[in-house]
Amino acid sequence: MTQEIFEITENRLIARDIYRLHLLGSTAAMSAQGQFVNIRLDGKFLRRPISVCCYDHESVTLIYKTVGAGTRQLAAMRAGEKLDMLVGLGNGFDVSKSGTSPLLIGGGVGAAPMYGLCRELVAQGKSVIVALGFNSAEESYYIDEFASAGAQVLLATVDGSAGVRGFVTKAMEALEYSYFYACGPMPMLEAVNSAVNTDGQFSFEERMGCGFGACMGCSCKTLTGSKRICRDGPVLEKGEILWPTHE
Amino acid sequence: MADTRVNLAGLDLDNPVIPASGTFGFGHEFSELYDLNILGSIALKGTTREPRFGNPTPRIAECTAGMINSVGLQNPGIEHVIAHELPELSKVFHKKVIANIGGFSVEEFTYCCALADRQEQIGIIELNISCPNLHCGGMNFAAAPDSAREVVTAVRKVTTKPLFVKLSPNVTDITEIARACENAGADGICLINTLLGMRIDLRRQKPVIANKMGGFSGPAIFPVALRAVYQVYEAVSVPLIGVGGISGAEDVIEMMLAGASAVEVGAANLVQPYVCKDIIESLPHVMDSYGIGSLREIIGKAH
Repeated sequence: MTQEIFEITENRLIARDIYRLHLLGSTAAMSAQGQFVNIRLDGKFLRRPISVCCYDHESVTLIYKTVGAGTRQLAAMRAGEKLDMLVGLGNGFDVSKSGTSPLLIGGGVGAAPMYGLCRELVAQGKSVIVALGFNSAEESYYIDEFASAGAQVLLATVDGSAGVRGFVTKAMEALEYSYFYACGPMPMLEAVNSAVNTDGQFSFEERMGCGFGACMGCSCKTLTGSKRICRDGPVLEKGEILWPTHE
Repeated sequence: MADTRVNLAGLDLDNPVIPASGTFGFGHEFSELYDLNILGSIALKGTTREPRFGNPTPRIAECTAGMINSVGLQNPGIEHVIAHELPELSKVFHKKVIANIGGFSVEEFTYCCALADRQEQIGIIELNISCPNLHCGGMNFAAAPDSAREVVTAVRKVTTKPLFVKLSPNVTDITEIARACENAGADGICLINTLLGMRIDLRRQKPVIANKMGGFSGPAIFPVALRAVYQVYEAVSVPLIGVGGISGAEDVIEMMLAGASAVEVGAANLVQPYVCKDIIESLPHVMDSYGIGSLREIIGKAH
């Protein structure tokens, strides 16, 4: 982890309540797709943890949803403004386990970290399938970007306005894949857990204090002991997860 | 050159800046950011006899100029701390540490303190009798003079190390609790622990925190902590550690003018991970700007 000042180069609405934020700054501390940053906002005490969509050596792209006063304040910021961020947080996805044809499952704003992961796996020569779930067509984003990155894209919307009607698990039916990676709201992750037939990894959310493992604010119980979502996660392996309904 | 050295019940510190218990873990995360040896000392994560997972999540809520936590003393237990955390910390931090001991019974406090007493690395035992997250409604041993006296008297018998008692602000008169601790043999008082607080989620129309209430900390509580230090300084003769909302060198000086011999920096570490380093580096310059030559000479000077 490092604390860095980034400069906003773009902060744009790309779907309903969904923004893409492009920033220039040092990404030397980032080591894996699926990590997150923690953003300081004027007048807000706690930083805002936002997962990384993708990054290169000098820039990072974040996709976030406006859900409260903090993210609305972030959405009002313009190109040229600066952001104080802690970067390189969390473990990120382990790409070494993907096998030859991994399935990437993203729901809502949880689709964002799948994009960087998709590009990395395609670059490794993997045959990547992406299953995306959104509430509606107007909340969907990055469908073309995933396709351009070289993935086979499957789409589901709850209202049926794009892709198949239903949850993301509907789009996954009868698929064959070597491994899976999933990120999205908790009910989706539980449904995915019931639907998948291989090993895989899930990325979780929790209210955080620090974001770097000091405060124990985001601990969860797993089969391999208690873990801090911010530091030992946010990515956990399927085999170690204790789902809330089974506790 | 400004002299930042202080003495805390016999323990010499290079400066009065100590990360507060529960905001610094066992130092590991911060040792990746800066050399911990610049710190006066470190107050370790609150430790109990048994390992504890703590409270259900969500454990964190944001407030204006602060936060609420309901971690509930998650820790690996005293045996693990002694066998693993202290040796690990000794590789990167070469000064004495402050062990923060929590508990649910007098017997648990004495058990842990007797073990802590045998650790060379521990310079001070900080008795956390004021965690608001353990009992319904925030009741604890710091809620009344009699219960505070009982636990301090018992612990005093099992340790010769300097014993500081961390007090709760959630009481009618903090000075009578402090006096009870001093009379029972405490070598110092640490104040304040968090204020019992809560937030409600407008969408769910339920408390944000799973445990409903939690400990409110951050810059918002600095005036409350300062007031408590000021009051207790007049009530007891043992040294005080001031803690609550400190986030800059000016706050350190203000707290020492109120009567603190040293300070602990808490919630600020979680949002500005370099805050203790920044405070230590800026302290001499801020002292100069106020014509302060030695921090030891300003303790309680506001009285």
